[in-house]
Amino acid sequence: MRVVLLVACLLLPAIASAAGGEVKLDRANVDLRDAVSIQRGAQVFVNHCLGCHSASYMRYNKLLDLGLTEQQVEDNLIFTGAKIGDTMTIAMREEDGKAWFGVAPPDLSVIARSRGADWLYTYLRGFYRDESVATGWNNVVFPNAAMPHVLWQLQGVQRLHTAAAGDHGEAHNKLVLETPGTMSEQAYNGTIRDLVNYLEYMAEPASVKREQLGIIVLMFLGLMAALTWLLKREFWKDVH
Amino acid sequence: MGLLNSLLGWVDERFPLTSTWKQHLSEYYAPKNFNFWYFFGALSLLVLVIQIVSGIFLTMHYKPDAEQAFASVEYIMRDVSWGWLIRYIHSTGASMFFLVVYLHMFRALLYGSYRKPRELLWIVGMLIYMCLMAEAFFGYLLPWGQMSYWGAQVIVNLFAAVPFVGPDLAIWIRGDYVVSDATLNRFFAFHVIAVPLALLGLVAAHLVALHEVGSNNPDGIEIKKKKDPKTGIPLDGIPFHPYYTVKDMFGVTVFLAVFTAIVFFAPEMGGYFLEHNNFVPADPLKTPAHIAPVWYFTPFYSILRAVPPMFGSQFPGVLAMGASVIIMFLLPWLDRSPVKSIRYRGAVYKSALTLFVVVFILLGYLGTEPTNVWGQFGPWLGNADRATVVARIGTVVYFLFFVLMPWYTRIDRTSPEPERVTS
Amino acid sequence: MADNKDRPGDVQPGQGAAEAGADSIDKGKRRTLIAWTGAAGAVAGIGVAAPFVMSMFPSARARAAGAPVEIDLGKLEPGMMITEEWRGKPVWILRRTDGMIERVPETDKLVADPDSRQPMQPDYARNELRSIKPDYLVLVGICTHLGCSPSPKLEVGEASGLGAGWSGGFFCPCHGSKFDLAGRVYKGAPAPSNLEVPPHTYLSDTRLLVGEDSKRS
Repeated sequence: MRVVLLVACLLLPAIASAAGGEVKLDRANVDLRDAVSIQRGAQVFVNHCLGCHSASYMRYNKLLDLGLTEQQVEDNLIFTGAKIGDTMTIAMREEDGKAWFGVAPPDLSVIARSRGADWLYTYLRGFYRDESVATGWNNVVFPNAAMPHVLWQLQGVQRLHTAAAGDHGEAHNKLVLETPGTMSEQAYNGTIRDLVNYLEYMAEPASVKREQLGIIVLMFLGLMAALTWLLKREFWKDVH
Repeated sequence: MGLLNSLLGWVDERFPLTSTWKQHLSEYYAPKNFNFWYFFGALSLLVLVIQIVSGIFLTMHYKPDAEQAFASVEYIMRDVSWGWLIRYIHSTGASMFFLVVYLHMFRALLYGSYRKPRELLWIVGMLIYMCLMAEAFFGYLLPWGQMSYWGAQVIVNLFAAVPFVGPDLAIWIRGDYVVSDATLNRFFAFHVIAVPLALLGLVAAHLVALHEVGSNNPDGIEIKKKKDPKTGIPLDGIPFHPYYTVKDMFGVTVFLAVFTAIVFFAPEMGGYFLEHNNFVPADPLKTPAHIAPVWYFTPFYSILRAVPPMFGSQFPGVLAMGASVIIMFLLPWLDRSPVKSIRYRGAVYKSALTLFVVVFILLGYLGTEPTNVWGQFGPWLGNADRATVVARIGTVVYFLFFVLMPWYTRIDRTSPEPERVTS
Repeated sequence: MADNKDRPGDVQPGQGAAEAGADSIDKGKRRTLIAWTGAAGAVAGIGVAAPFVMSMFPSARARAAGAPVEIDLGKLEPGMMITEEWRGKPVWILRRTDGMIERVPETDKLVADPDSRQPMQPDYARNELRSIKPDYLVLVGICTHLGCSPSPKLEVGEASGLGAGWSGGFFCPCHGSKFDLAGRVYKGAPAPSNLEVPPHTYLSDTRLLVGEDSKRS
């Protein structure tokens, strides 16, 4: 029986091979304990994203968990006249979004849970000029995305240089910055990292508290395990 | 204390309270050699209770309406106090239920717990397993994400593959031409009321059937054969209470440690317990690139996929998938070994069981991936997907484990069973 | 143990370990262990139950919908009344004239609870006029009998339709309860208490916040 399980376990590494052929994603290195980064990201989000994308499951007053006061949230993060207890809804209707962009800009409340932080980080830095597409912008992780490069003034304008196939038969594409933006590459990457940090936070605001609580619960269960083990051993002295 | 005793006496005159306590707990004699594999029955009961309690509290806030369902789950995660915890308990509990039940069933394979006189116990258990699969399937539609929607669409379409009545049957199940609000509402009724009631009844029957014949044990011998002549109590038996109540308390604590580690630190489990694509609201116009059922269904899904279309129909695959579950009902009659427990079986059975476990896990893994996950063979095998070939071989091995069992359990070289239990 | 023979020390069911000749049961130790485990288990039970109980309290969405309401009083003339909504209930703001303010003490002997002893108002409204500022009366417009919304009868005497002695106030059409210009219930009315004064505070001379006692930070 133990042998059965052991054999099964030994086989697992052999069969866990990855399916290839996907774009390599850059690491976003999110840190949900960095409240200041998340605050900065929140500001980027309401300034640049909330015009088209709603976050209708996220309440403004949840941001108080990041150490902000109600006044700070109202002054710096609410531009729509919403109240502190309201959710981050937008005025654009879904039908209009679909008509104007071909597809309605999706709600971003849980985008970090479906796409993942690394994908978002690579996406927001992966736009390049492409005149053959309607918006004039294409993207390395999301080909023919309906979204234009909203932050092009900050990042600058990139182009995709396609290198010829090398010895291994693979073509390497490279993004090259043609026209610099108002931010250096490092500053822009930092800003996007803040934004992705915020998106990751917004997707599950309870996550940091969840992990903190988990430590306490596991410690308590460790104590319970010791007590119940002693109790069991004591009673089973009767049994031979 | 005297007051309590007279109160108890009053109740006992009118209700079999103390006698039930004695019959099923303090004077129910279980073999004294229960090992690790014997925890999982009690743990299954625990997870059932966890799912019911967490489910009730979710139902207080969830909205079974196609327009509101996805939003109501996020409402629970964010706006309801501790809603995120209740949700994760329920999603983790669903996967843990299957893990615990699969280990519980594996115990039966190890020690022959389905053999006479426990055939009916095994059948009731199999019915519980099928209800559990239905419960999970109905429940998974409720969050109304992309995987919820398209998983339901694919599985209901399997019924459309039934000859002659298929398409009408599928429409009747859905209540509509595609999976829609009508489907969601009725799946909610099944998941919250109908199947839980069936489960509770079957679990009660399962326990009654068990207590009627007494528990099996790792040596596979019947402890009732050797009783104390004076008291009539099995010599190798000990009262379930306090010995197994106290041992199960420890088992429950360890299980809860694993459970809470997942709930608090890895509720998504890498996308296996909460799938990434299910955080995208259901879109009837956009099929995801990769639809797979949740991990606990994937061995059977693999078998479905492995069977090629025959006579222009996918129905043979559906039949094979159904057969792969139904065939487990027949175990009590397929096993012809003179002994029950693997401890006294020979190399033939041990190899067969090992192979079965390996194949089950392998088929399970393959079911989570697209069929091109391991690339293709060369033209010498018609450029077939490697994973499909392996799944086909696995399917054959899976069925052979059962089909050949009457033969290999008879030719297997067994050792004599002991008279009294060992460790 | 490979053989299956009975051994000395085997527990025969019904025997305690003591009779079997093994170590005697340490009853004290068992009791202590049961007590400690029981206590830890009780703590665990509370820890498990608490989140479920808490989840039944108003959610963030309910609290947001019940949030305080800001009302602009700039256009409210003396003698006029406006109705706003707070937590799904009508809230009246009556700008009393000097005459109305003078008539309030005249009904002291006609009302059931002239000193507002019943807890139908915050402490700062527990005065003759049942208000913070004498000229603004803030009331929840729901009759304390069975929940209908009374009608304002601000005119004096016969013109109100309530007789010559009527000095102004509110009349509930459902069962005839009458309230004066401080929202106090008349004697003999089916309604058991004065109209509720909601928590409120003035953010400025013309901005009233209903639903909160003190100013927000």
